[in-house]
Amino acid sequence: MNPFTYTKATDAADALRHGAAGGARYLGGGTNLVDLMRETIEKPDALIDVTGLSADIVETGDGGLLIGAAARNTAVAEHETVRTRYPVLARALVAGASPQIRNMATVGGNLLQRTRCPYFYDADGARCNKREPGTGCDAIDGFNRGHAILGASGACAATHPSDMAVALAALDATVHLRGADGTRSVPLTEFHTLPGDHPETETVLRPGELITAVELPPLPFAAHSAYRKVRDRASYAFALASVAAAVDVEDGTVRDVRLALGGVATKPWRASRAEEALRGQPATPESFRAAARAELEAARPLRDNAFKIDLTERIIVAVLSQLTGADQ
Amino acid sequence: MSVIVNGSPRELPDDPRVSLLDFLRERLGLPGTKKGCDQGACGACTVLLDGERVLSCLTLAVQADGRDVTTIEGLGTPGDQHPLQKAFIAHDGFQCGYCTPGQICSAVGLAAEAGRGVPSHVTGDLTSEDIALTREEIRERMSGNLCRCGAHNGIVDAITETYASAEATA
Ligand SMILES: Cc1cc2nc3c(=O)[nH]c(=O)nc-3n(C[C@H](O)[C@H](O)[C@H](O)COP(=O)(O)OP(=O)(O)OC[C@H]3O[C@@H](n4cnc5c(N)ncnc54)[C@H](O)[C@@H]3O)c2cc1C
Ligand code: FES
Ligand code: FES
Repeated sequence: MNPFTYTKATDAADALRHGAAGGARYLGGGTNLVDLMRETIEKPDALIDVTGLSADIVETGDGGLLIGAAARNTAVAEHETVRTRYPVLARALVAGASPQIRNMATVGGNLLQRTRCPYFYDADGARCNKREPGTGCDAIDGFNRGHAILGASGACAATHPSDMAVALAALDATVHLRGADGTRSVPLTEFHTLPGDHPETETVLRPGELITAVELPPLPFAAHSAYRKVRDRASYAFALASVAAAVDVEDGTVRDVRLALGGVATKPWRASRAEEALRGQPATPESFRAAARAELEAARPLRDNAFKIDLTERIIVAVLSQLTGADQ
Repeated sequence: MSVIVNGSPRELPDDPRVSLLDFLRERLGLPGTKKGCDQGACGACTVLLDGERVLSCLTLAVQADGRDVTTIEGLGTPGDQHPLQKAFIAHDGFQCGYCTPGQICSAVGLAAEAGRGVPSHVTGDLTSEDIALTREEIRERMSGNLCRCGAHNGIVDAITETYASAEATA
């Protein structure tokens, strides 16, 4: 690890003051950043600990929920409003990492966690455009069973690893930011960027900008939502594919639906095409399958990951069937 | 900057690169906490920070400033064992013992989490705060602690005996 200074920010203004210096990085739980520093993939010269900033989880005037960026993953998962009104978020959180890591990890850090692509991690042995822009990508023609089938470019096919962010994408969450020029809010679905020619850029966050909170709008039918994750072992593993879903059915017809995918795309993937294909359709496995196919038409598999297309289709059908009680 | 370790105040290192794990083992002479992977993947380094289980390998010692750390040395001693330590011995909850301090600290954290209603991946009803510590719940909640010797059945037995109520184990 390279040498660095450590400062605990007392409030957002204090964090921004320290965070403005080039080479400074915010520190949440440290579960991703400390690991990447030890691997010499991240080399900040100043860490600004932001876990003392707002970790409050409060209901908003319009019936939504505002979650402070410093809230720990466990605190969000156990919050009564999250468990009862946004179960997809609680489910996604407890499907990720381990209890110890969830006790440390913050909401802000979870959104900004970096990919688990093994070539990204192999600083000594592999080329990676995300780690060293312009050097090439060893995953595209390498061992790419875990890589993205959606949203990849010729420069990068690394998946975004967060489970939480997939639920937030489905829930139309917004990310609250604060920088030197003031505050702004960005829809979560526009917060992460596609790799394109610049996979080293992963979000719209500006240098020194701070995530202060994540806001969930009211979505009554989210009380009826679920998260399903498929992985190589029963627990404590990243997703091969996952689906976050909320669905509103009336008289056997899908009135509204929210669907997002994880483990298969370069960013938390809102499945808008599937949603469009499903609205107004009968709540049957046949329409769920057709909707899944509408989304997965855009899938571009690499050598080892074509299985994710069928897998994702099956998870979408299974989750929607589970939520609507439709027989598969 | 200082931290309370097993009840005693300790000065934190000047170099912020020192992990809480190395601080405990190398500087305080508390080798009970183990280093398995040093990257968050095994749970051998689990300690309690303000009563919550965390990974000391991914925690910088300075992040513990002003807080309370409990290691296996603070939970029990050979002459005055923690109930979980007795149960691990009674149920063969280990072979080599390398993962055991982390398993025991983790199980103490598990009991507190389940007691206040934190759900897990296998919890059926998210609207209920009453968590029955079934074997399935204990296995999932202990999945952050690997055991290379495969002592998992004994580990689950020991935790069940110590923390699960009679109806949960039925
Ligand atoms: C073994 C292992 C298994 C895991 N499995 C899973 C899994 O299955 N699913 C999953 O979703 N995740 C998994 N994770 C990842 C884990 O969820 C992340 O490491 C965690 O959420 C990161 O949060 P943190 O607060 O520790 O972030 P940190 O490591 O502190 O920070 C991460 C990044 O966010 C930045 N940052 C933090 N807070 C802010 C802020 N407020 N404003 C601006 N920037 C900020 C930091 O500068 C850094 O770049 C796993 C991790 C490990 C080690
Ligand atoms: S040593 Fe910390 S998790 Fe393995
Ligand atoms: S007892 Fe040997 S690793 Fe668990």
